[in-house]
Amino acid sequence: MFSNILIYFVVIPVVMLGALALCRGMKAIRAVAVTGSLALLGLSIWVLCDYLEMRAAGNNAPMLFTGSWSWFAPLNINLAVGVDGISIAMLILSSVILLTGSFASWKINPLPKEFFLWLVLLSTGVFGFFISIDLFTMFMFYEVALIPMYLLIGVWGSGNKNYSAMKLTLMLMGGSAFLMLGLIGIYYHSAPEGTPLTWNILEIAQNSSIDMGWQYFLFPMTFVGFGVLGAMFPFHTWSPDGHASAPTAVSMLHAGVLMKLGGYGCFRVAIYLMPEAAAELAWIFLILTGISVVYGAFSACVQTDLKYINAYSSVSHCGLVLFAILMLNTTAMTGAVMQMLSHGLMTALFFALIGMIYGRTHTRDITKMGGLMQIMPYLAVCYVIAGMASLGLPGLSGFVAEMTIFVGSFEHADMFHRVFTIVACCSIVITAVYILRVVGKLLFGPVYDEHHRTLTDAEWWERTSTIALIVCVAAIGCFPNFFVDLIKFTFSPDIFAVLGMK
Amino acid sequence: MDYSQFLAMKQEIGVLVVFLLVFLYDTFMPRKGQAVLPLVATVLFACFTAFCFVTPWPDSIDAFAGMYASSTVIVAIKNILNVGVLIVLIQSIKWANSETTAIRRGEFYELLLVTLFGMYLMISARHFLLFVIGLETASLPLAAMVAFDKHRHESREAAIKYILTAIFSSAIFMMGLSFVYGLTGSLYFTNIAMAIAAGGTVSSLLVLALAFVISGIGFKLSLVPFHLWTADVYQGAPTSVTSYLSVISKGAAAFAFMVILTQVFGAVYSQAWEWMLYALIILTITVGNLFAIRQKNLKRFLAFSSVSQAGYIMLGIMADNAVGAAALMFYILVYIFSNLAAFGVVQAVENASGKVDMDSYKGLYKTNPRLSFAMMLAMFSLAGIPPFAGFFSKFFIFTSAISQGSIAIYVLVLIALINTIVSLYYYLLVVKAMFISDDDCVIPTFRSAGSERLGLWITVAGIVGLGIVSCFYNYLLDITSII
Repeated sequence: MFSNILIYFVVIPVVMLGALALCRGMKAIRAVAVTGSLALLGLSIWVLCDYLEMRAAGNNAPMLFTGSWSWFAPLNINLAVGVDGISIAMLILSSVILLTGSFASWKINPLPKEFFLWLVLLSTGVFGFFISIDLFTMFMFYEVALIPMYLLIGVWGSGNKNYSAMKLTLMLMGGSAFLMLGLIGIYYHSAPEGTPLTWNILEIAQNSSIDMGWQYFLFPMTFVGFGVLGAMFPFHTWSPDGHASAPTAVSMLHAGVLMKLGGYGCFRVAIYLMPEAAAELAWIFLILTGISVVYGAFSACVQTDLKYINAYSSVSHCGLVLFAILMLNTTAMTGAVMQMLSHGLMTALFFALIGMIYGRTHTRDITKMGGLMQIMPYLAVCYVIAGMASLGLPGLSGFVAEMTIFVGSFEHADMFHRVFTIVACCSIVITAVYILRVVGKLLFGPVYDEHHRTLTDAEWWERTSTIALIVCVAAIGCFPNFFVDLIKFTFSPDIFAVLGMK
Repeated sequence: MDYSQFLAMKQEIGVLVVFLLVFLYDTFMPRKGQAVLPLVATVLFACFTAFCFVTPWPDSIDAFAGMYASSTVIVAIKNILNVGVLIVLIQSIKWANSETTAIRRGEFYELLLVTLFGMYLMISARHFLLFVIGLETASLPLAAMVAFDKHRHESREAAIKYILTAIFSSAIFMMGLSFVYGLTGSLYFTNIAMAIAAGGTVSSLLVLALAFVISGIGFKLSLVPFHLWTADVYQGAPTSVTSYLSVISKGAAAFAFMVILTQVFGAVYSQAWEWMLYALIILTITVGNLFAIRQKNLKRFLAFSSVSQAGYIMLGIMADNAVGAAALMFYILVYIFSNLAAFGVVQAVENASGKVDMDSYKGLYKTNPRLSFAMMLAMFSLAGIPPFAGFFSKFFIFTSAISQGSIAIYVLVLIALINTIVSLYYYLLVVKAMFISDDDCVIPTFRSAGSERLGLWITVAGIVGLGIVSCFYNYLLDITSII
């Protein structure tokens, strides 16, 4: 079991949990957090290199590094792991954000030990989710990732934290209630009559024995279940409150990684296992996600709290991920994965910066700040870069992702898809409005509060965290081909053949 | 008569031996030795539990002309209950030695062992006469246990409520039995089952009889709408008794219920009792959950939570197959550990400070971090959050229910799943009070007694380990699939 490299994505966080439990003092906690997340980052890069090498050598299996160990044998539940390009992209994203998140919560107070314990438990769930290809283990890790949010927001959050924490937890768990029913339903239709049932995604996809009637029932269950986490309208309302109340690192991880669980799950479970129903029912969800995209962007325009602005912008951008997935063609889906990466990094950068600014000014209200460019030029420049990435400036990640998505969406020649693509495209313009409004008011212009003049610029740990994220954002923007090559393999073969699409 | 038949009843005899030893110790030991009586009783019971695990488990035996049966599954469920009882005993040592209880602590152990004997009979009975004897033996002494704090008004009130509902439900149950006897001419499980299967059509009298039988046991299991006694009795009874009542008594009744429905009335599953159970499950889970939200007293809170948990347990019967039986047993096992962890904390706090309302738990993490942590794990496990055992038991019970396959079952499970979200809300209220609330805690830092800590360690280990370590569930599924 331990000869499989992927298992260490769960082993390392578990070891970190143990080490953190024994830690005394802030220094030891930081050391564990940084060492652990560096190890995870190293591990994911190693997996990436290995993966590319194996693909270059002509390995055509849908998943690599697969392994399966029996767990609940009578129900055929296994601890099955395996990754393809998308999972690896997500693993890298998660480890980068965990690392930068640890730096961003360098001075977390009170109860630093408990904070990191919960944070690492959350990331255990995230990593476990991305490496699993068994529906049961996948679902288990999914829920492991959700529940720490309650305490992280409740204890360390700000503002209306009790309400937000409860709302977020209940809504996400509500989604997973539908999901659980969908997954159990899939299990009972996972194999033709007479052959043993299975939870393994690859086997289910190969059997493709879920008949159309059941797909009509199970597809919405699973898609809505994951869609709640992907902030699909009308189930997105947990997101603004949750993000606004969460502490910095938690906002980063949640918007950056956890919301990607939704998009990833929608693709990996709902669409991958039930493509026929996806093709039939996509229009319903396209309308819903289309609303997310535009409505999220408009909502962001009228907010004055920095975190609310970015939370609504996350609704809009994550809506775009689901929107692209539902287009069911190679280009748009590639764009969706790029958007997941891009949004994850960019929004983590945003939330990190907001946390740093808030830590200094003690307000997040943009009407009560101004001229920060003069006071803290480093943070202000970073904020501008993040903003540019968000509104899609070429050379940064947002442009590549959105461009790919819209080109892919426009490949559909019918009126319905065209109209919705154009509507979604409008969100880019609206994004520009709210980003530029914040940048103009917050960073440039006169200094609003003279007390702010005494504030200091970023400390070294804050610089580490922001630079790492900016480098990644720029890397995607400058070398998109590398990432497209990484993920293209997943989208080429079986699934589109079933749909009769390219 | 072949006296070797008594050997089939090893566990019943064992529990009687423990009872006699405790009784003799209690009666003849001078006052000085009385102080260690709780310890002696617990150790004796621990030995008995260990003995039951070690002694060979029979494949399948009948005794007394088929009135009594034992098999691997039955031994397994009895052993599960034994483990639960052992934890209850460990947790109650401090309470038993407290000032007001010390004078009659022996009775607590004697009554408890007698009720356990009754539950054994309920589980093993294959003839309704024996079953009713078991049922009464299990119910009546419990009323005395509920009234144990007789100086407290609530305790007496609870006992009256309990004894009246217990007798009333027994009467209804026996009314149903008399109909069954009239229809089939026998009280043997197998004979009734054969007569029903041979009858072909389902007479309305049989449906009526089933309704009576289900209501009778429904009272014991506190299924809605037969749950009205639960909250008051749980609140009024001493906490040790409440925890015994909520897990052991409920677990035994649930298993016996499954045996009766599947083995006696199995032939009329879809015609007669499927829809009855369907409605009962929806009502039980929903009403239990909705009432739990508003409770401020933790014992009442856990009472309503256990009402809804009983509804989940019933899902295992709904499946009507081996997977369902295994899921039900596993659920009982996990439920014992989770609920006893919660009651363990409530009891420790009550013994130290006398507080049982949720408001006084505010900020408990600041004063008693370990207890709060144990309570949080218990709440998470009851709510079904992974990686704790409760998640696995819920998942398996849902999976087993859905194996039945109809759309109606999917709807039922969906309702149950949505209810888990409601339950998550109120379980999180406890977590919120302990961890998030900024108020200063009214409960000072205290060190709980060694016995209480031991009990909590065992239950916490169970909560963490029972799910992840797959052999427990695999074993249960293994033995149930043989029959």
